[in-house]
Amino acid sequence: MSGVRVLVGTRKGAFVLTSDGDRKQWAVDGPHFPGWEIYHMKASPVDPDRIYASQSSGWFGQIIQRSDDGGKTWTPVGNEFTYDGDAGTHMWYDGTPHPWEFKRVWHLEPSLTDRDIVYAGVEDAALFKSTDGGLTWKELSGLRTHGSGPQWQPGAGGLCLHTIVLDPSNEQRIYIAISAAGAFRTDDGGETWTPINKGLRSGEIPDQDSEVGHCVHRIAMHPSHPDRLFMQKHWDVMRSDNAGDQWHEVSGNLPTDFGFPIAVHAHEPETVYVVPITSDSHHFPPEGKLRVYRSRTGGNHWEALTDGLPQSDCYVNVLRDAMAVDTMESCGVYFGTSGGQVYVSSDSGDHWTAIVHDLPPVMSVEVQTLA
Amino acid sequence: MLIRVVLPTHLRALAQAGAEVSVAVTTDATLRRVLDAIEAQYPMLRGTIRDHVTHKRRAFVRFYACERDLSHDSPDDALPARVVSGEEPLLVVGAMAGG
Repeated sequence: MSGVRVLVGTRKGAFVLTSDGDRKQWAVDGPHFPGWEIYHMKASPVDPDRIYASQSSGWFGQIIQRSDDGGKTWTPVGNEFTYDGDAGTHMWYDGTPHPWEFKRVWHLEPSLTDRDIVYAGVEDAALFKSTDGGLTWKELSGLRTHGSGPQWQPGAGGLCLHTIVLDPSNEQRIYIAISAAGAFRTDDGGETWTPINKGLRSGEIPDQDSEVGHCVHRIAMHPSHPDRLFMQKHWDVMRSDNAGDQWHEVSGNLPTDFGFPIAVHAHEPETVYVVPITSDSHHFPPEGKLRVYRSRTGGNHWEALTDGLPQSDCYVNVLRDAMAVDTMESCGVYFGTSGGQVYVSSDSGDHWTAIVHDLPPVMSVEVQTLA
Repeated sequence: MLIRVVLPTHLRALAQAGAEVSVAVTTDATLRRVLDAIEAQYPMLRGTIRDHVTHKRRAFVRFYACERDLSHDSPDDALPARVVSGEEPLLVVGAMAGG
């Protein structure tokens, strides 16, 4: 029987939520790794039982966990993330050079074709690749050393590489995003990289035409249209129809265009979801109303989705990796909040229910559609 | 010689070990040799107590023994005699941090 498995990373452990195709009754398994921060968990599209998890702690550093049985049991694999060569410096908050230092893994992106290949986006910003199921990691240093690296400056959350998007039509093409450097693309499997930030406008930097310095929060793609990208930036929701070569704003009628996550419907490439957040200093929804906004026109025209979501006194946040969609016939949309709720809509966002109410603050949500 | 080591809760869970472990050190029991032995016996602890490459102690990890803080001693100093003799354990402690 088909079903879904939702992988939830929280500030204090990992949870695995499972349901059948109706997505009404849920089993909650966890916490795995209690007490540790789980920045991200994601399964291999090739082998759904293979799941990677980023486990970290301010005391004891970074661990990578791997499951080969769908999240029932876990094994620590390799956790040595050493920058390639002389790491050099990036720019610190005060504009002075600061040594590149590994802190944690923000995002794990398993290969679309090989269960043992997985990419890791880390802080301080760099991209690592493992070809042996996470046992060993090698930096794809062409990104960090492509030229603008010394000018990269951390956002409030750190200098983190938080988004990795693999092109399903071209194994050599990968998109990544860094706060607050911007978006980059490789067309040769990670050897060389190009900043793709034309059209972004950021009030926080002096030169609007600067090739780096933009605080990209998240990029989403529909697999059937890999050249069409949607971006939630610090401020502004953006769209590119040419693989990031040029962006234009599609914030339209959103109540605020600040936010973190962005997702695309599984079966409708022009249907996009965001969760507007009041501002960069007010990390909660406008008017205390938790609203997902959906555009069925690829942006610009947005409708509020509220049925089942709290519409008063709600002051949670939704982080960049905490929204996902399943690929069931009726597309499911999921998101987790800083208040510990994980919401599901099994009808593309029309109606929402909380799967769980009281988890630790949710950092990431991924979903697997199981055969 | 066998050195007794008490690990903090999170590292016990990670290593699937009990509250106290024993590691064998062949000569000159120093902190460095004990940590080398711990990481050989429990490879999943590599990088959690000290840096993989530089072997610098992680900022919020402390080493105590015999009511002394050894954290700032040279890792090549001899451990206290009572630790070497097995009368006292070496304590690996997660430092107090937070509210």
